[in-house]
Amino acid sequence: MSETITIRVLRYDPDKDAEPRFEDFIVPYRDEWVVLDALAYIKEALDPSLAYRGSCHMAVCGSCGMMINRQPKLACHSFIRDYRGQLVTVEPLDHFPIERDLIVDQDDFIEKLTSLYPYLVTEHDKPLSEGPNLQSPAELAAFRPFTQCINCLLCYAACPQVAINEAFVGPAALAIAHRYNKDSRDSGEELRSEVTDSHHGVWDCTFVGACSEVCPKNVDPAAAIQRTKISASFRWLKERLLPGGTS
Amino acid sequence: MDVIVTDIAIVGAGGAGLRAAIEVAEQDPSLKIALISKVFPMRSHTVAAEGGAAGVVKPNDSFDLHFDDTVSGGDWLCDQDAVDLFVRAAPEELTRMEHWGCPWSRDADGRVAVRAFGGMKTERTWYAADKSGFHMLHTLFQTSLKYPSITRYDEFYSTELLVEEKRCTGLVAIELRSGKLVAFRAKAVILATGGAGRVFPFTTNGAIKTGDGMAMAYRAGVPLKDMEFVQYHPTGLPGTGILITEGARGEGGLLTNRDGYRYLQDYGLGPPDPWPRNKAMELGPRDRLSQAFWHEQQKGRTVETPFGDAVNLDIRHLGEKKIDERLPMVRELAISYVGIDPVHAPIPVRPVVHYTMGGIDTDINAATPLPGLFAAGECACVSINGANRLGSNSLAEILVFGARAGRGAVAFAKANPHGSERGAQAKAEAAQAKIRALFLNDGSESAPALRRTMNETMESGVGIFRTEESLKQSCAVLADLRNRFAQVRLEDRSNVFNTDLVQVLELGAMLDVAQTMAEAALTRTESRGSHQRLDYPKRNDEAFLSHSIASFSAADRPAIGSRAVVITRSRPGERIYGGGGS
Repeated sequence: MSETITIRVLRYDPDKDAEPRFEDFIVPYRDEWVVLDALAYIKEALDPSLAYRGSCHMAVCGSCGMMINRQPKLACHSFIRDYRGQLVTVEPLDHFPIERDLIVDQDDFIEKLTSLYPYLVTEHDKPLSEGPNLQSPAELAAFRPFTQCINCLLCYAACPQVAINEAFVGPAALAIAHRYNKDSRDSGEELRSEVTDSHHGVWDCTFVGACSEVCPKNVDPAAAIQRTKISASFRWLKERLLPGGTS
Repeated sequence: MDVIVTDIAIVGAGGAGLRAAIEVAEQDPSLKIALISKVFPMRSHTVAAEGGAAGVVKPNDSFDLHFDDTVSGGDWLCDQDAVDLFVRAAPEELTRMEHWGCPWSRDADGRVAVRAFGGMKTERTWYAADKSGFHMLHTLFQTSLKYPSITRYDEFYSTELLVEEKRCTGLVAIELRSGKLVAFRAKAVILATGGAGRVFPFTTNGAIKTGDGMAMAYRAGVPLKDMEFVQYHPTGLPGTGILITEGARGEGGLLTNRDGYRYLQDYGLGPPDPWPRNKAMELGPRDRLSQAFWHEQQKGRTVETPFGDAVNLDIRHLGEKKIDERLPMVRELAISYVGIDPVHAPIPVRPVVHYTMGGIDTDINAATPLPGLFAAGECACVSINGANRLGSNSLAEILVFGARAGRGAVAFAKANPHGSERGAQAKAEAAQAKIRALFLNDGSESAPALRRTMNETMESGVGIFRTEESLKQSCAVLADLRNRFAQVRLEDRSNVFNTDLVQVLELGAMLDVAQTMAEAALTRTESRGSHQRLDYPKRNDEAFLSHSIASFSAADRPAIGSRAVVITRSRPGERIYGGGGS
């Protein structure tokens, strides 16, 4: 018999199951397969009821974040060959409510993101006739790393603060806020500071740095949060040392 | 049955759907918008577009040049009034994206940078490194969060349109989280559901690209236009089909065969200058490059890989610094998925199904023949892409025509009332009964087996080169699959996130779409652009300077008609690339 590998999947169907349970599937071992391929095989050949998200298969759509052997990973970017000879345990992302099997509820993230004014805020609408803004390559480089977030939410699953404090705005959303704050075309930092500087904004972060370690796009949310803390401290000082002197 | 009443319903929240939603919100903030998508907006396949978006911006460029490139690139099947409008609107739309924060790559002086692309006479492709679609999608999604009139219905799978008195009055969708069927009553509906690459087995397209919107429109009596034109992108990774952007060639990448020979010079694309020459060699159009691969393969000059034949895409001479700056994702993808670092070795690539030029029949205002129904993006066929789309026109197209669909829907919604509540209710209940039947009947046909057969027959019969024999065979197989699909078996009978149900419904959509592709290809007995018939190797303008029009019929196959192409100022001529073209 040709080589196989066992995929242990956390299953949960709220229509049927009182609580989540594990189920093992034996699938062919293929050197070129990623975990997402193994899940597709299970769904097609073994159990069509398996529920998971996934689409692009090239680590850019952010759909297939899940826990693989207890690490937050993209299933389309986790090769079976890296688990050869091991049991591969696949679970839904930590710190999110499970809807079914590997599908978690992500609405809370979208709400947090929305609260941060995650778009370019400008004082005046620039007419199209004036053409594009100028932005130097150095100005672009200042925020570009923080534009790379694919919203896969691996960082929320890795974050120990998210685990104990569901009000924490969290790494990805704060990194995206930082992306706009650092954009030379933006003037929305003050507006965003209502949330970023609040208790459940950057100050909930204890700088463990797990978010940056698991980020598949090297966004470094931890750095974004630390830099926002510094800016927030300046804003705090400014308000107290220069009463009435802020705008 | 839940009923949601809105003014404008938009199905699909990728680039075109988001752009349409923002346009509606900006035109009239009092109009309620329901933005409905089977996935969260940022998962939409716009995210995977890499190379960039075309729009005239340099002083040495002109709308006429972009028009000429697009029309000849499309082998004169484009509607020229649409192309005119498109090339004029594109720079404005791309500028708007800049104003919304899109992180376009820049020249040293701070201006937006442009790169060369296949079939384009000069550099006019705006790009954000090699993640242009990703950045456009996230910019549009994040910008859309500004508008309170946009209500999103994420992870709702739309199944059919509501049509009352020959007008589109809404749609029916399944809320995946609960399994509940929901009727959306709307004064106007915009479809922006993307393409259908998944009818083929080997494609750059994500799993979600199953032609749902095309099938919804088709079943509601709206024709699908030019469906036989399916684009093979010349450079996908063997095995996975992951896209390696044309931007790699725009930056100077070379294609070589097993002998290290730049084979494109043998197919009318030379001379093989050592420097990149626009519209020549590696910067030829996608149809020609994919066809050249096929010929090389016939001659036994391709490279064997464990996942089929390939050629080499060599970007080593660009150097690590430039690769990391301009093509970081190409490097990352090649290292991850084929174990090759393109800084040190060429990347194996082969043609892969990438884009459906055809789609829902629309006019230049994104309106379909069904009043109240609009369509934009890859699901639509305006047509600006004709028989072969030029790379980087589609990211501009989703903006230009997404916005036009938004404006058209606003005007229509202001001039027309809702359809009747009773009509919507009756239609929605009929839709529910169909889905309930899937749950109650024990069908005998396995959906994965039907899908595999469809994929196989599309590849073997409706691929890069086609013949009457191969097409007849595929048409017969598809008609049979269509009949067997009536007995499809739903395995999962749960309500919450029933992805088996979604896959079954997607398969139904794909079978409809696949049939229109194969039947239209059988009818077109000429070769034009991406549609190549070995038995009819020449273009035949006398008989086929026309769009194919596939209409749903009660029989087991679509009816194929035709409509003249709109020619305004460019008479069909020879497509010239290589040294002769400059």
